[in-house]
Amino acid sequence: MATIQDIITSYKDKPGGIIEAYHAVQREYNYLPEEAVEFAAQVFGISAAQAFGVATFYSYLSVAKRGQYIIRMCESAPCHIAGADILIKAFEDALGIKVGETTADGKFTLELTECVGQCQGTPVITINSIPYIDMNPEQVPTVLALCQ
Amino acid sequence: MAKEMRIVLRNADQINPEKIEDYLQAGGYKALEKARSMSRQDLIAEVKKSNLRGRGGAGFNAGMKWSFVPEAPVKYVVCNLDEGEPGTYKDRTIVEKDPQRLLEGMAICGHAINSNQGYIYCRGEYPYVVDLLRRAIDQARDNGVLGDFDIEVRMGGGAYVCGEETALIESIEGHRGEPRFKPPFPGVSGLWAKPTVVNNVETFANLPDIVMQGGEWFASIGTPSYPGTKVLTLTGDVVNRIPIEVPTNTTIREVIFEFGGGIRGGKKFKAVQIGGTSGGFIPESLLDTPIDADSMRNIGATLGTGAVLVMDETRDIVDIVTRISKFFEHESCGKCNPCREGTFRAYEIMKKINNGQAAPADLDKLALLSRVMTKACLCGLGQAAPGPILTTMEHFNSEYQARLQI
Repeated sequence: MATIQDIITSYKDKPGGIIEAYHAVQREYNYLPEEAVEFAAQVFGISAAQAFGVATFYSYLSVAKRGQYIIRMCESAPCHIAGADILIKAFEDALGIKVGETTADGKFTLELTECVGQCQGTPVITINSIPYIDMNPEQVPTVLALCQ
Repeated sequence: MAKEMRIVLRNADQINPEKIEDYLQAGGYKALEKARSMSRQDLIAEVKKSNLRGRGGAGFNAGMKWSFVPEAPVKYVVCNLDEGEPGTYKDRTIVEKDPQRLLEGMAICGHAINSNQGYIYCRGEYPYVVDLLRRAIDQARDNGVLGDFDIEVRMGGGAYVCGEETALIESIEGHRGEPRFKPPFPGVSGLWAKPTVVNNVETFANLPDIVMQGGEWFASIGTPSYPGTKVLTLTGDVVNRIPIEVPTNTTIREVIFEFGGGIRGGKKFKAVQIGGTSGGFIPESLLDTPIDADSMRNIGATLGTGAVLVMDETRDIVDIVTRISKFFEHESCGKCNPCREGTFRAYEIMKKINNGQAAPADLDKLALLSRVMTKACLCGLGQAAPGPILTTMEHFNSEYQARLQI
C-alpha cells in the first residue's frame, strides 16, 4: 500500500489537486486520516484549517474512520417514495448498527446519501460507489454476502 | 402518437462507447473538422442562430454566452457533469452511451472561444463515468482528433451546490464548493480568474449536429423559443422508468402517458415534479403544457434538468415536500444567510406540518420565508429551494390544510 505522503505528493503539481489527492487517499484508506489532511496542507501550501475546510465540505470525503465497505442509501425524493425508509431499517437490523455507524469488526459503514443518479431503478444503494438498483429489504442479506 | 427524436442520443446503443473507431465510423469528429474550417465568429454566429439554450437548467443561449468571452491568452472550457438534481440521470446516460460526442462538443467550443484546455467536472457519485471518460480522452489523444485541445477530468465530492457554475469552478480550484458573487461572470473571470465557458453535458453534446446540419435546422425543431430536443429521465410511479429524447414541443402528458406508459399498477395520476428536486409540482390540469423552458416557466414550473418524477394518487405530497426540504437543508453550503437559515427553518416548519403540529400561521410564515428566499439567496440553490413548497401550497393546498392542528 502506497504511503499517504507518496499519494498526496504525486498530485503536488496539479493545480487545485487537493481534492483529487484526497480521493486518491480514500481509495486506499477509505477515509482521510488527520495526518493526510495536515500533510496535504503543507504540500498544497495552504493552512491546516483550509485543508480541513475542504476535507469536511464534501460528503464523499470523511475525516472519520470508516469500514471496508461503505454502504450508502439514497434518501432523495424518488428513492423516498420507493420505500427508502424500509430499506434503511432493513440494513440497520441486518448489521446491528444505526446510520452513521461502523460495525465493530470494521467491515461495514452505513451512510445516507442524496441522489446517486440511478433513478431508473429506485430505491438505490451503493457499496463502495457501485450502485445496486431496484433494491428491496429481502435482498439485503444477499447484497451483504457479496461483500467478501 | 408522439415520437422520440434523437440528436444527443443518436449513437446510443448503436456504437461501442469504449471504441473511438465506432464513433469515427458513425461520422464522429467531422463536425470538429468543419468547425475548425470556419472562423470563430462564424461558428459562434451559427450556434447563436441555432438558439441552443443551456441544458443544465438556466436555459441561457449558448452562442450568446460564448460571445461574451473576451480575448485573453488563457481561457477554459468547462463541462458541468455534476448532475446532482434528484431524479436526473441524463448526463450519465449521454456519456455512458457516447463519450466521444461530449469531447467533440467541448473541442468545438474550444475553437469558438479560442481555448485549448477543457475540464470535465464529474460528480463523485460516478467514478465509473470518470474512468470511462479518461479512457475516451486517451483514445482521442492517441488518435490525434482533438489536435491541440486537451481535456482533463476532475471528480467532485458529493456536494449538490457544485452544480452551480461558480461553486463548480471553486471546486476545480481545490476549494470548498461555495458559489461566488456575480458579476464578474465566469465568461469574463472564471477558473483561476481566466475567461471560462461552463456548459452542461447535453449542451456540448448538441454541438456536433448543429455544426454539421446548421443552426437553422436546429432552430426549426420543437418550440421556437427553446428549440431542439431534451433528454428527460423518467422516475417514480411511471410504468417505463427510462431516459427519452424528445422535441421540446412534446407535452408533459405525452411524456408520462405515451413514453412513460402511464401510471404503475393501474393507479391514477396525482402530481409530477419536473426538473429535479427544486422543480415545481404540476397537477393534472396543467399536463398539456409543452416541456420547453419558457412554457414551463409560464405555469410556475421548470424544465430544469429534465428529471420527471411521477407521483400516483396514493402519494403524500406534504411528506414528499418535507423530505425535499431536508435535502436543501443538508445541501445548503452555508455561505449566505438567507439559504443557510432559510432551508433550516423551512425544513423545521415542514416537519411540524408533516407531524400534524402546525397552525395556519405556520403556513403563512412558510410562504413568506419561501418568497424571501427566492429573492434574497445568493445562488440558484437557495433561490430554487422554495419551488416545491410554493407550488404544492398552490396546487395541493388541501393536503396542507388537512394536516393542520385544529
